[in-house]
Amino acid sequence: MFKKKECVAMLLAGGQGSRLYALTTKTAKPAVPFGGKYRIIDFTLSNCINSGIDTVGVLTQYQPLVLNEYIGNGQPWDLDRANGGVSVLPPYQGKKSADWYKGTANAIYQNLQFINRYDPDYVLILSGDHIYKMDYDKMLRHHKAMGADCTIAVIDVPIEEASRFGIMSTNPDGTIYKFSEKPKNPDSTSASMGIYIFNKDKLQKYLTEDEEDEASSNDFGKNIIPKMLAAGEKMVAYPFEGYWKDVGTISSLWEANMDLIGKDPVLDLGDPDWRIFSKNQSGGPQFVARGARIENCYITDGCEIYGTVINSVLGSGVKVGHGAYVKDSVLMGDTDIAPGATVNYSILDTGVTVGAGATVGAAKEKAKGITVLGEDVCVSSGATVEDGAIISEM
Amino acid sequence: MTAVGLIFSNIHDNNIPELTRQRTIGSVPYGGRYRLIDFALSSMVNSGISKIGIVTHNNYQSLLDHLGNGKDWDLARRAGGIKILPPYISSFENAASNKYYSSRLEALMGTVNFFNRCKEDYVVMSDCDVICNIDLNDVIEQHIKTEADITFVTKLTTPAKHEAVTVASADENGNLVDFYDSKSVDGEHRIYINIMVVKRSYLLNILDIAIGRGYSSFKRDIIQKNIGVENYKIYDYKGCYAHIGSMEGYFDCSMRLLDRNMREQLFGIKNFPVLTKIRNSAPTRYCNGAQVTNSVVAEGCVIEGTVEDSIIFRGVHVGKGAVVKNSVLFQDTYVCPGAQLNCVITDKNVMVKDKRVLSGCENMPFYIGKNRSV
Repeated sequence: MFKKKECVAMLLAGGQGSRLYALTTKTAKPAVPFGGKYRIIDFTLSNCINSGIDTVGVLTQYQPLVLNEYIGNGQPWDLDRANGGVSVLPPYQGKKSADWYKGTANAIYQNLQFINRYDPDYVLILSGDHIYKMDYDKMLRHHKAMGADCTIAVIDVPIEEASRFGIMSTNPDGTIYKFSEKPKNPDSTSASMGIYIFNKDKLQKYLTEDEEDEASSNDFGKNIIPKMLAAGEKMVAYPFEGYWKDVGTISSLWEANMDLIGKDPVLDLGDPDWRIFSKNQSGGPQFVARGARIENCYITDGCEIYGTVINSVLGSGVKVGHGAYVKDSVLMGDTDIAPGATVNYSILDTGVTVGAGATVGAAKEKAKGITVLGEDVCVSSGATVEDGAIISEM
Repeated sequence: MTAVGLIFSNIHDNNIPELTRQRTIGSVPYGGRYRLIDFALSSMVNSGISKIGIVTHNNYQSLLDHLGNGKDWDLARRAGGIKILPPYISSFENAASNKYYSSRLEALMGTVNFFNRCKEDYVVMSDCDVICNIDLNDVIEQHIKTEADITFVTKLTTPAKHEAVTVASADENGNLVDFYDSKSVDGEHRIYINIMVVKRSYLLNILDIAIGRGYSSFKRDIIQKNIGVENYKIYDYKGCYAHIGSMEGYFDCSMRLLDRNMREQLFGIKNFPVLTKIRNSAPTRYCNGAQVTNSVVAEGCVIEGTVEDSIIFRGVHVGKGAVVKNSVLFQDTYVCPGAQLNCVITDKNVMVKDKRVLSGCENMPFYIGKNRSV
């Protein structure tokens, strides 16, 4: 028997993240490391548990190995529960058909059975590729207070960037009268964050109808939301203030990492009232050697620093050798920077080795772009990797 | 599944009374993110031991808090896992004295039920005053091969001057020939490192005899009495070893982590990670103006000032312009801007206010108690 849950969260984690290039050749985007010891999906999972939501379905599709293994039984997020907890939901072969998830809406449609087992009143739809801290319970209370059929979290974006988002036009009471997906001439700056709360019955109704519509691309933003608006359902915007970043591109991923450092960082992960949980490595503490220089950095357990590291974020088990120089970079973990090597304005995936005296990237001011080295790439001693290069294998 | 573990969390509390005022020696913090019991636990878990009894005496709240249900050591098990063995007073025998055990042997008498329920053939016993990372399978293997009754793990080493040790002499065949405590020894000796492997049936048997005859000392009434009679062997451990026998010793052992060799032998052994309680701290933030050299730093810290030759635990804050040298700062110590510390040990949650200047010296570090504010 499954106990009833008021709200069940469904986390869309199947995206390929093709704009992260070499970083997602072997890993789904939500499992990409972030901020030293975290992975992108830690933020949504931690938000769920901090908001009191203990039943989360994670929909996976693309390269699920690392993601599945990472989520495990959900223990790092306290989601190993007797009733509820985290469930990984891959596409499956049904009696009549076997389908990949065709779109975000279709992915949820295929898992209505999972949702219905908990008989929830509300369903929270999330995506696993954003960095933010948000109390979904506040949003749920807003949804209930407004008596909405669907509530969409929105964030104010600069008008010049508005055409990259799904834009909501709202009445003074917060109800939505118009939704336009990536409009050329946006008439509002309220952008959808891809976070929805639906009344379960309404969600089921529209998903089922959408499934029968062959012209539909089975997407929440493109199909479900416009259809609900057209049908006159009560749609409400929930304005969110605070840090929120879509880390879907190399540059936004780099920027979000840099938001952790600097004077008064905009993103604080040390907040005891809203902790971000992750699977912890069991490396020793970090060691900073005599002669090392660390300025404005974010450094994880298990690192050994003999050289110079400036304006960078280091994951666990990074070694920076004597005389090596790392600046404006993100080193995701188990990275070995040999003595005398230089890494500038780069993102290095896990397991990268940079040989002695090698040069990766160029100074940020002069570089053509961010240099990216994929998982386990090995740069031989004395070699040079040009700035802006994206290398997945060598 | 050939062995079960037993850890004494309190024996040796007296070694460092300052640090054990509110905790067991097993829960004394060490190395930025560990507690002393982590080393014994990790060695056992890494060697495949998944049932571990932990003998407590008093003050074990911090220990329970640290261990939780054991999941951070993969010891949250349906069968086995961690079994806390608090002191046991019978309502009948000894009831008049109403006293907790006062020796290792008496403590062991309270574990008879635990061992009776075990099925494993061997028992590995460990104390918490020793820092090492040992593959116990090797010891157990030798123990089985030599058909020993007890195998004592020893280390050939030159102890620090005035360090109280247990000397375990052996003949060329590895038979124990002498076993005694000494307040200080000169030069290299074979030192017992407080880990032993014993056959479970043998242990139950000697406990039975000890109870019957009213023995009180494991060392005097059992080991010393039976040297040359029973099959007592030694096992020479080759890895890194540090012994915490005093506050000065604690300070020394902490500073030894600044030596690369020590760190590699302790934390760098493949498949033998040292496991500890997960705290989910964020990574450590080094701000502009931070100057850190030759130091061990844990996660969750914010460093704005200068840190030299020090051990910094999780969640420590070193303010702007503060200077921390030759010091050990426990979890959540807050050093305000401009303060200066030299040879200081701060316990948990200590606050050192603006511009205070505190200094001890290497053989007498200045210790500030838990939750104190200076």
